[in-house]
Amino acid sequence: MSAPFARLPRWADYGLIPVINLIVAFLVAGIVVLLVGENPIDAAGILVKGAFGSGQNIAYTLYYATSFIFTGLAVAVAFHCGLFNIGGEGQAYIAGLGVAVVCLTFDGVLPWWLTFPLAIAAAAAVGAAWAFIPAYLQARRGSHIVITTIMFNFIAASAMVYLLVGPLKPAGSMAPQTRDFLAGAQLPKLGWVLEAMGMSVRSAPLNISFLLALLMAWAVWLLIWRTKLGYEMRTFGFSPKAARYAGISDVRMIIIGMLISGGLAGMMALNPIMGDQHHMTLDFVAGAGFVGIAVALMGRSHPAGIVPAAVLFGVLYQGGAELAFEMPNISRDMIVIIQGLVILFAGALEHMFRPYVQTVFASLSPRTMGVPAPKGEGA
Amino acid sequence: MAFVDALAQLIDATIRVSVPLLLACLAGLYSERSGIFDIGLEGKMLAGAFAGASAAAVSGSAWVGLGMAILIAVCLALVHGFASITHRGNQIVSGVAINFIAAGSTIILGQAWFSQGGRTPPLSGPARFEAITLPGADALRDVPVIGLIYSELISGHSILVYVAFLMVPLTWWVLFRTRFGLRLRAVGENPAAVDTAGISVTWLRYRAVILTGVLTGVAGAYLSIAQNAGFVKDMTAGKGFIALAALIFAKWKPVPAMFACLLFGFLDAASIRFQGMAWPVIGKVPVQLVNALPFILTIILLAGFIGKAIPPRAGGVPYVKER
Amino acid sequence: MAEAAIQLIGINKSFGPVRANRDINLEVERGTIHGIIGENGAGKSTLMSILYGFYQADSGEVRVGGKPIAINTPNDAIAVGIGMVHQHFMLVENFTVIENVILGAEGEALLKSSISKARSELQRLEREYGLEVDPDAVIEELPVGLQQRVEILKALYRGADILILDEPTGVLTPAEADHLFRILKMLKDQGKTVVLITHKLREIMAITDTVSVMRQGTMVATRKTSETTVEELAELMVGRRVLLRVEKGEPRPADVKLSVSNLTVRDSRGVVMVDDVSLDVHAGEIVGIAGVAGNGQSELLEAIAGTRNAEAGTVMLDGRPVDVTGHVDPGELRDRGLAHVPEDRHHVGLVLAFEEAENSILGYHDKPQYLRGPFLNIEAIHADARDKIAKYDIRPASDRLKTANFSGGNQQKIVLAREMEQDPTVLLVGQPTRGVDVGAIEFIHKRLIAMRDAGKAVLLVSVELDEIRSLSDRILVMFAGRIVGERGPDASEGELGLLMAGVEQREAAE
Repeated sequence: MSAPFARLPRWADYGLIPVINLIVAFLVAGIVVLLVGENPIDAAGILVKGAFGSGQNIAYTLYYATSFIFTGLAVAVAFHCGLFNIGGEGQAYIAGLGVAVVCLTFDGVLPWWLTFPLAIAAAAAVGAAWAFIPAYLQARRGSHIVITTIMFNFIAASAMVYLLVGPLKPAGSMAPQTRDFLAGAQLPKLGWVLEAMGMSVRSAPLNISFLLALLMAWAVWLLIWRTKLGYEMRTFGFSPKAARYAGISDVRMIIIGMLISGGLAGMMALNPIMGDQHHMTLDFVAGAGFVGIAVALMGRSHPAGIVPAAVLFGVLYQGGAELAFEMPNISRDMIVIIQGLVILFAGALEHMFRPYVQTVFASLSPRTMGVPAPKGEGA
Repeated sequence: MAFVDALAQLIDATIRVSVPLLLACLAGLYSERSGIFDIGLEGKMLAGAFAGASAAAVSGSAWVGLGMAILIAVCLALVHGFASITHRGNQIVSGVAINFIAAGSTIILGQAWFSQGGRTPPLSGPARFEAITLPGADALRDVPVIGLIYSELISGHSILVYVAFLMVPLTWWVLFRTRFGLRLRAVGENPAAVDTAGISVTWLRYRAVILTGVLTGVAGAYLSIAQNAGFVKDMTAGKGFIALAALIFAKWKPVPAMFACLLFGFLDAASIRFQGMAWPVIGKVPVQLVNALPFILTIILLAGFIGKAIPPRAGGVPYVKER
Repeated sequence: MAEAAIQLIGINKSFGPVRANRDINLEVERGTIHGIIGENGAGKSTLMSILYGFYQADSGEVRVGGKPIAINTPNDAIAVGIGMVHQHFMLVENFTVIENVILGAEGEALLKSSISKARSELQRLEREYGLEVDPDAVIEELPVGLQQRVEILKALYRGADILILDEPTGVLTPAEADHLFRILKMLKDQGKTVVLITHKLREIMAITDTVSVMRQGTMVATRKTSETTVEELAELMVGRRVLLRVEKGEPRPADVKLSVSNLTVRDSRGVVMVDDVSLDVHAGEIVGIAGVAGNGQSELLEAIAGTRNAEAGTVMLDGRPVDVTGHVDPGELRDRGLAHVPEDRHHVGLVLAFEEAENSILGYHDKPQYLRGPFLNIEAIHADARDKIAKYDIRPASDRLKTANFSGGNQQKIVLAREMEQDPTVLLVGQPTRGVDVGAIEFIHKRLIAMRDAGKAVLLVSVELDEIRSLSDRILVMFAGRIVGERGPDASEGELGLLMAGVEQREAAE
């Protein structure tokens, strides 16, 4: 039996265990809060209020979630291909270049609804291009993609620093960023939806790239579970030998999988650049690429899990900002710890609580557990 | 003589910046040779640096700082071991997690404890590892060449620098001349062979990750209480990943690891030394390019254009007894 | 009666819901060769792994030399003088022989003295048992037979008095196997106790003093080898009389559908695995390839199927060439009527994490009937899967169940249903009944004959000589990458055995 574990009901597998892992991650985070001399329960209250307390807070929460949906989907698509793309951060960063070039070129010429599709294409194309090199090296030369994508994050960071303090900086400016975009490269906000529900949003940056993110979540679901390509990707991800047998090219899968992954990561750049800041600054990705790893692990690489996981991290980012304001000892770096803990408990230790859950299920209802592995007629 | 002095300064700087790379690289070597991939070197080094500086600041003793740096780094290494050995989790995921936990908690705890924006209080006197002047260094200073090499390059470093370079032959000896080394290499290649020979794979691998923790702790302590006088946030700045690159570059061997770290250290030192300088023919080299060079070189190596880097065969794969 | 070296009393072991060993009792006499025979999956290896401390029994007692002993780790087993030679060698491939021998038995913290001690000890063992091997050779450069010898040396170096060998001849040529048996006899003469696990009746009869038979996790009988027969053991093994011959009519071979000429294949290390092989398969016949595992049959099959590149040679499929040396796409070969039941269904023929229905289209997933544009036609795929489940009696009859949860025989039926129902011209079949329960074997054999009678060209590779002999219309024997002979279905086991050992070839060369 290759699976050492007895079967659990689907809802326990996809719902209960991730929730338990998450709770443990938060309990450990609570200990850190205690260590810095604050009350974890109060902190949690402030966090939730900070994330949902007002229309503006909700809009911020969803703004952050937008970025994490893109990067979470990026990591998940690669996972389905059996690849670990740690390079989402770098792919999103470099993709900002594509967005910026489109915006700087067309912001005075085209309306936003024409600039936007061009920018989407540019973001996806540049993100995909940055993912292509590690993909090619993995597919053709056998270089370990985890290592190459890590290295590419650093190379991307160096390249962007070079460009933003040099060629992309407007003459006479001191700040390492591009010039501000004109109206033709500013995405419409979505705050009016919340305002229509009677909430005050003010200038919160939630914008239509949130809708693009949801669309992409649906598209990824369609791709992975409903298309021939998705079937081929999953086959390759589970068993490269079976893929070869089935006539599925490994080179094609690695490269297509990474192109899609890099493209999704790249689209993340739209949200802060066109949706919020209206220029490209140093380090605008701000770790969203890495958050994508936590989001994909928590969401079990399924869009239906990734979207709520991304919103949860949106809550942490937005609520965390409020928390830092109320409790000076807790800065937003608290989120980085929680992110690490979520990756640890939902990822590396995902099976830790499984045997206990199984024991509980076995004692509750022996029938769901006691099903012997079906045997052939001889047994 | 200006050129010689400049060269001496450059080599001296190379040694200083190579040391944390070398310690972290050797740290990774133990873990990866045992079959446990570790991309969490960065996090462990960072946590070690913070713990070391904090303990040194509070106790006033560099040695207490070093001890605390090692203790905390070992704790994180044990978390990695718990996830990847005991629970057979994904080693990459676990390493990523540790990097984040370290990055976040060093800042949070630093701010909460010292209220200096994530810095620890500046260290001085016995709270730091000062440079040691080797016997006879001053006397030999004026002897041409040898005197310069001895007094400027070999003498005048903190004790941790000597520890780092002594670790190279020591690691080689442990790996290839001791029972522990034989078993360590075996478990990274074929853990089933080790298991059936009556040796505990789990305990062997735990010992390897503990050693990784010890060395990353020393690397962190070097950063915050020897090279610098205190902890500043994110002070490892990717050194753990450069060390990882060096480990691959060195094909998981101790002596080549030292040369890889010196090479990458030299690039770093040179990029600072020659920043903005125009070179003949190629002109100005952007400092960012030089910073990215270790990563670019490693990718070229990984791509097999300059030899092939083959990791330990069982690396990254949790050990499960076959039925 | 002589003293018992090992006694196992009431051993039970379960893996999840599977009971691998039930109430096993076994007594092995000192200074004898004791065979344990049973089909794949009968629980032999599990029992021996318990004895070696690799697994812990759920209940039961182990006695060594009459004393009850708790064996919790291999170390405990080694301490009481038990050594084991595993089916898959437990060697560190890039270590030298001597490093492998001392691993775990170094004695001291420093290697220098343990190595020199081991060197003289190896010389002694070489003298005493004729176990020659270069102590400084690197394992991955040694032939399989010598690697196995290193495993035996490892056990003896640790002072083993009781040596367990798990399916030791699976990877050996008959000549190497004979050499191994001579070594085992010599060990017995020196007073060692040998436990030989195998599923090959011939080996039991040739070398053991006593034989115990296991079936489905239970110990069904123990006999003196001199007082039993192959027929009796075979019946004990499978529980009823084995149907050695499948009922089949005369073949009606027609046109050549698969033609292989001068095919040469190297493996990833550059070793020639298939050496200038030519063969034809006609419509309406089964051509069987016999041979000891590892003589190139697997590589031959994979090269024809397009899952491995060939170095030279040509393959004609239904009269048209296949680009076996360049870019072959197994998917394209399927479109041209080549179906392939691969040897390794767990990693190649199936994706165990997939639902049954998803596996029922593997390789055929780009056929128009399963697609709507770029999308999968989910309804059609599931309807099709349910049809096949009914037709091939796949149990449990669920197209939504994860494939890993089916038994070996039912997994194999999923593969067969998929490949046979596409109405291929040529069918390649590798080890069709490996790890498959007896009932399913009969079903699979009948299906293969039905394919032949339906005019398909069938190429069968199997290491089970009985299977080859009962199914094939022509038998080709492979040895060291070459086809060394062709025989009819009525060729005797002995004749084929000599060919498989390469004997004839060697004589011809002299």
